[in-house]
Amino acid sequence: MSDDRAVFAEGVVKKFGEVVALDGMDLTVERGQVVGLLGPNGAGKTTMVRILSTLLAPTEGFARVAGFDVVKEPDEVRRAIGLTGQYAAVDEYLTGRENLRMFGDLYHLEPKYVKRRSQELLDSFDLSEAADRPVRTYSGGMRRRLDLASSLIARPSILFLDEPTTGLDPRSRLGMWAVIESLVAEGTTVLLTTQYLEEADQLAQDIVVIDHGRVIAHGTAEALKDQIGGDRIEVTVVNLGQAGAAAEVLRSVSTGEPAIEEGRVSAPVSGGSTVLVTAIRALDVAGIEVSDLLLRRPTLDDVFMSLTGHAAEDAQPVPAKRGRKGRQS
Amino acid sequence: MSTVAPVRSRPIVGWAVHDGLVVARRNLIQSIRVPESLFFSLVQPVIFVLLFAYVFGGAIPIPGDGANAEDAANAYRNYLMPGIFGQTVAFAAAASTVGIAEDMRKGLIDRFRALPMAHGAVLIGRTFADAGRQILVLAVLSLTGLIVGWRISGGVLNAIYAYLLLLLFAYTVSWVGSTIGLSMPNPETASTAGLAWLFPLTFLSNAFVPISSMPDWLQAFAAFNPVSTLVLSTRELFGNPTGIQPDYWPMQHPEAYTVLACAVIIAIFATLSVRKFGRTTSK
Ligand SMILES: Nc1ncnc2c1ncn2[C@@H]1O[C@H](COP(=O)(O)OP(=O)(O)OP(=O)(O)O)[C@@H](O)[C@H]1O
Ligand SMILES: [Mg+2]
Repeated sequence: MSDDRAVFAEGVVKKFGEVVALDGMDLTVERGQVVGLLGPNGAGKTTMVRILSTLLAPTEGFARVAGFDVVKEPDEVRRAIGLTGQYAAVDEYLTGRENLRMFGDLYHLEPKYVKRRSQELLDSFDLSEAADRPVRTYSGGMRRRLDLASSLIARPSILFLDEPTTGLDPRSRLGMWAVIESLVAEGTTVLLTTQYLEEADQLAQDIVVIDHGRVIAHGTAEALKDQIGGDRIEVTVVNLGQAGAAAEVLRSVSTGEPAIEEGRVSAPVSGGSTVLVTAIRALDVAGIEVSDLLLRRPTLDDVFMSLTGHAAEDAQPVPAKRGRKGRQS
Repeated sequence: MSTVAPVRSRPIVGWAVHDGLVVARRNLIQSIRVPESLFFSLVQPVIFVLLFAYVFGGAIPIPGDGANAEDAANAYRNYLMPGIFGQTVAFAAAASTVGIAEDMRKGLIDRFRALPMAHGAVLIGRTFADAGRQILVLAVLSLTGLIVGWRISGGVLNAIYAYLLLLLFAYTVSWVGSTIGLSMPNPETASTAGLAWLFPLTFLSNAFVPISSMPDWLQAFAAFNPVSTLVLSTRELFGNPTGIQPDYWPMQHPEAYTVLACAVIIAIFATLSVRKFGRTTSK
């Protein structure tokens, strides 16, 4: 293969009738890298993963995975990848072990190997006790883990994870992170989508922020934070009615547009603590009562806010048509 | 990754059949784990046998048979059983429709499609399993029939041939059912749509009443309905009363027509559904 990139996509457009889900996506993932595809509901994350895993054909543009064209050489792509979709896709009536065996058989692996590998996965995913119970009796977190285990049965070199921790409680989420980190340590290339900024920050070296089917920013977590200008000042007003006035005051010390969220006003600043002093004075002069005031290092939430004008968790109006949306499995 | 998973050598039957059997095994395990669904798929035809045998028995005269009431009722039961066999195997299609729709809902179809498995194997597995389940259904039905007075009097080989034809037909309609299932937006719609076409298909046939009792225009439809030729074939092979057949080619050559119709239907719907499968994503 002349192309050594794990994923290379250029100008991918996907239309569903009138809906433009992807609007010219470019994406590169080097081998061994972990890339986080970050975006709010409806940004096009799942659509991109489906195209890369050969489930959907792009309307325009092209994509190569493991050096193979996803449209022209889907079988080669499928042999190289593992896919864990947004909703756990395991058979309810089979046991955990039977599920793994079925997927192993369908990857055409040696039966003996499938047996050994299944046990290995069940052990490392903390499922050995439940291994011989029908999946119907599993908790959401257990299903998610089995789902991931199923896509690892053939030791894929490239793994697509679509919102691997959505719907998991904090403990299960940490467990899932540990599992993903160990896969990465073994050299697996991972493309994961997430709505959680801390998740991308935690797992991915490279973050691709998308909105409305396009890449709006790209870089390491640090680079993205720097891009929006370092520190932020955050003021919580006592009286909600004074939030607007507080924003006006902050505008005079900030390097960008202040944002108001309920009684909390925040603005990007540079200059560290001296700005803080100036801000306190100015707020005092303006007669604004403040209950909390702090200076903080930016999080990816701020990055998102500044890039898209809305918070990452702000759901876009998504057409009601997609029945599966509301279901958590 | 450093280690690569070892791939097994190609089985003699080929990957498509191997993968189909893997999926069929999974579908059959499902039936065992949900015995209720298997139970009710057995209860319905049994109820049909009892209803028809005791409620309608004798009310529907079979031309050319039985002079007195007792003989007529017996003749009808013997006439009826192959009809119920035919109707029952036709309804195997509904299970395929719902099964496929449920796999789509659960995201399993996506997962299968992202595997390097043989094209169409999911559908082969589905149709194998749904037709295979009919073996048990036919056994229970046959027992019920024997209890109400149905008899096989055409010899063992002919009887085996009749059962094979019934299974072939179940397999055939499973392909039609799968194709319908792939087009459905959700399992709820699938369970309605999966049944809707089966009622006219099975009732506009000779399954319960002789074709000669129908209006002319319906006779033509019923005579070319493969359910009719299947039922007529099994009546002949089981040595049950057949009534008098209208003068259409399929009615004169029911076995040949049934096998031919099955082959054509499988060819069409396997092509359609495999193509559809390649484009479907879970809903
Ligand atoms: N099969 C489809 N038919 C019509 N529209 C679709 C289809 N699949 C996705 N869309 C639309 O495409 C857009 C992108 O959807 P996608 O599922 O890729 O978003 P996402 O980033 O994965 O969102 P979420 O975080 O909610 O999972 C949305 O507007 C969605 O409604
Ligand atoms: Mg999604």
